[in-house]
Amino acid sequence: MVDIKDFGEYETAWCPGCGNFGILDALKKALVACGLGPHEVLIVSGIGQAAKIPHYLNVNVFNGLHGRAVPVATGAKLAHPGLTVIAESGDGCMYGEGGNHFISAIRRNIDITMIVHNNQVYGLTKGQASPTSDEGFVTKAQPHGVYSSPFNPLAVAVALDAGFVARGYAGMKEHLTDLIVRAIRHRGFSLVDILQPCVSFNKVNTYAWYKERCRELPIGYDPTDRELAFRTALLFGGRIPLGVIYEKTGRPVFEDRFTALKNGPLAVQKTDFDALRAIIADLA
Amino acid sequence: MSFDEFNILIGGEAGQGLVTIGELLSRAMVRSGCYILVTQGYQSRIRGGHNTFSIRAGADLPLAPQDELDVLVALDPETLDLHRKDLKKDGLIIASGSVGVDADGAVLVPRDMVLSGFENTAVLGVLAFLIGIESALFEGLIRDTLGKKHPEALDENLAAFKKAYEWAKTNTSRRMDVSKTCKTDRSGRSVMLNGNQAIALGAMSAGAKFCAFYPMTPSTSVPLTLIANADAMDLVVEQAEDEIAAINMAIGASFCGAPSMVATSGGGFALMTEGISLAGMTETPVVIVVAQRPGPATGLPTRTEQADLEFVLHAGHGEFARAIFAPGSIEACFHLTHRAFHLAEASQGPVFILTDQFLADSYRAVEPFNLEGLAPVRAGARVSDIEAPYRRYLITESGVSPRLLPGFSRHLVVADSDEHTEDGHLTEDLSVREAMVKKRFRKWTVVLKEVEPPEYHGPEAPETILLTWGSSRGAGLEAGKRLRQGGESVGNLHFDQVWPLAQDQFLGRLSSAKRVVSIEGNATGQFARLIRRETGFDIKDRVLRYDGLPFTADYILERL
Ligand SMILES: Cc1ncc(C[n+]2csc(CCOP(=O)(O)OP(=O)(O)O)c2C)c(N)n1
Ligand code: SF4
Repeated sequence: MVDIKDFGEYETAWCPGCGNFGILDALKKALVACGLGPHEVLIVSGIGQAAKIPHYLNVNVFNGLHGRAVPVATGAKLAHPGLTVIAESGDGCMYGEGGNHFISAIRRNIDITMIVHNNQVYGLTKGQASPTSDEGFVTKAQPHGVYSSPFNPLAVAVALDAGFVARGYAGMKEHLTDLIVRAIRHRGFSLVDILQPCVSFNKVNTYAWYKERCRELPIGYDPTDRELAFRTALLFGGRIPLGVIYEKTGRPVFEDRFTALKNGPLAVQKTDFDALRAIIADLA
Repeated sequence: MSFDEFNILIGGEAGQGLVTIGELLSRAMVRSGCYILVTQGYQSRIRGGHNTFSIRAGADLPLAPQDELDVLVALDPETLDLHRKDLKKDGLIIASGSVGVDADGAVLVPRDMVLSGFENTAVLGVLAFLIGIESALFEGLIRDTLGKKHPEALDENLAAFKKAYEWAKTNTSRRMDVSKTCKTDRSGRSVMLNGNQAIALGAMSAGAKFCAFYPMTPSTSVPLTLIANADAMDLVVEQAEDEIAAINMAIGASFCGAPSMVATSGGGFALMTEGISLAGMTETPVVIVVAQRPGPATGLPTRTEQADLEFVLHAGHGEFARAIFAPGSIEACFHLTHRAFHLAEASQGPVFILTDQFLADSYRAVEPFNLEGLAPVRAGARVSDIEAPYRRYLITESGVSPRLLPGFSRHLVVADSDEHTEDGHLTEDLSVREAMVKKRFRKWTVVLKEVEPPEYHGPEAPETILLTWGSSRGAGLEAGKRLRQGGESVGNLHFDQVWPLAQDQFLGRLSSAKRVVSIEGNATGQFARLIRRETGFDIKDRVLRYDGLPFTADYILERL
């Protein structure tokens, strides 16, 4: 039996009160609930405050470059489909620097879980606007307020017909745990966008601000209804819906399409020199 | 008439099927026992433009392309205008299509055959007869190759070929009996392939299991060759969203134990450099093929150059060990790629293969590669008796740490792009930083131990040394050979590996020659400068080419 203690307890470099703590807790609980041993999990992250999360967990870790968690996770899953692969990082990392990879991972429908700590600001580089910052959000780098409109990851994911699209909030840990469990269990690409208060650099989207707005989706909400999902994904203001906004099963999973992967991880596959000899002979 | 060797150029617009003619003809020559060397010239367009497919064939291995032609096949008027000057006095012209009656002295393929929709097989029929290769040989080839590609048009293609062959028999008077040129006992023994195919085969022989790429000429045929054989060889090849994704995917796959590679050209490699540095820091093996073409930026997309040596040498921020192979022949493309995978695994880091458009697209006839004694890479260890806690970056004497793969044992594998502790976790402890830099640097010894010595041809104490690297090898060798035949004291020193340099392998030779000439396909003599930087030995004489075309022996000899 896996126990939460198996995933370790570490000192972190996060500010006291940061939303990342709630996410770390929920993630550990979710891994336990999924019955996964630490060695069965690989967490790939980028660079940022959020991206430090795998260092605070006992799991396999690849902490790569800013924006590049998803392609590394994709390669890892293609080499070893049996691993539970989670790509986890901040909103700047995943949606800004890594935007193209986000889109492509959805299109591939590779079975990885993408967890984004969405604090609507760049934490590690001290408070510049992120792709999800609201228009008008004032920072040292955007003294007249952000000019661009915010990136809506949920709407983009629904538009691309992603298999699993959910929003959680770092301040509602149990609900978040459940979302992460469902995302990991979903076969195919899944996105969990998590609203995460940054107590140091985001003085607008605070715990109080989220508490007033975040609401679980109503009982009876049908996540398979794509039009409804799209309308729901557009809601962000007076009320912010939380939960599984869209779920679609049955789409082929990317790694299942490769014949090579039918025989397990690439690392244990033989090199067939007879086949290679035949390929060379064919060039005569 | 008899020939020691034979040079033919087929020119025309893209879309006229000249590559089909060229490939069938090359294959027929190889099957009749010739050695061949193909040089392809094309423009960055799918239809129109001016394209060439040149074959130099002989009973002896042709080392480089040559400008002087025995036969010119013109599918359009431009080909005649541009290449007639290269035709030998008694050379033969075969003209087709819009090349009209003014193609004076040429054998004109009849109009109805040209307009039949099977222009290229008709031209091939005339050509086959005129150079004296048997019809049956071609018919078999057409069945084997065109039959696979376009089975629905096989009968018409065969009919067009035969009709043209018969027409030539009764309507032409001159004939060059090339088949005798190549009458050697080699027939049926060679295989025909280009540099990129040889790289892909070398990768497969090393147990490559993963490749990610974003298409860029002239590298694309490396992944395409892998894709064609992916099911037979259990490979995963993925077209990534961009080169940044490609290198990161390869690193992710390699971290999980798949021997991995990427292939690109300068512009795509520019995007990959961040990932190269990541491979250096996380100590992840990866093989990177860079097929050079002229830059800067997108430069001349379909031409050749050797100007990315300095870029590849310095690509990626920070300092870490690397090796750069620059194969000079098809055989070297195969064997060095095989070695690159083993070296990447042994040194746990990036290893480069620097090739170029000329070599990438140059078909040659070679002996089938001998696979005896070649073993695939075994990536990391899977289950282990290593004591917990496992430390991915354990500080060792060799600098190489024990590599476990995630998910194969209870041990957790932690890799990090930030400076890290032995157990893989990020650190800002500056004493750990220093220890890790030293550990990573000790891996140079692993790389240096394996340096491929340069190849030398010529007298023991030559007056002049011609120095080449990468694909210029053949032209350099031919120039050297011709000078030696003329009684001059000349040696050829060729580097198939350009980094790192092991001075004791060559410095003595360079210092004892009166004159050293560096032959390079770039405008600044990058390799000569690298040798000076590393050894202090200054090579002042250079023959440089940067007009987009490959070296020929004549080009070198005229400038020496
Ligand atoms: C290629 C590259 N560009 C820029 C940076 C600097 N950088 C580090 S983290 C970061 C942004 C972090 O923001 P986010 O991803 O939202 O994560 P957070 O710190 O807020 O959790 C930036 C720009 C980098 N490390 N690499
Ligand atoms: S800067 Fe913001 S995101 Fe980073 S640890 Fe502090 S509170 Fe959390």
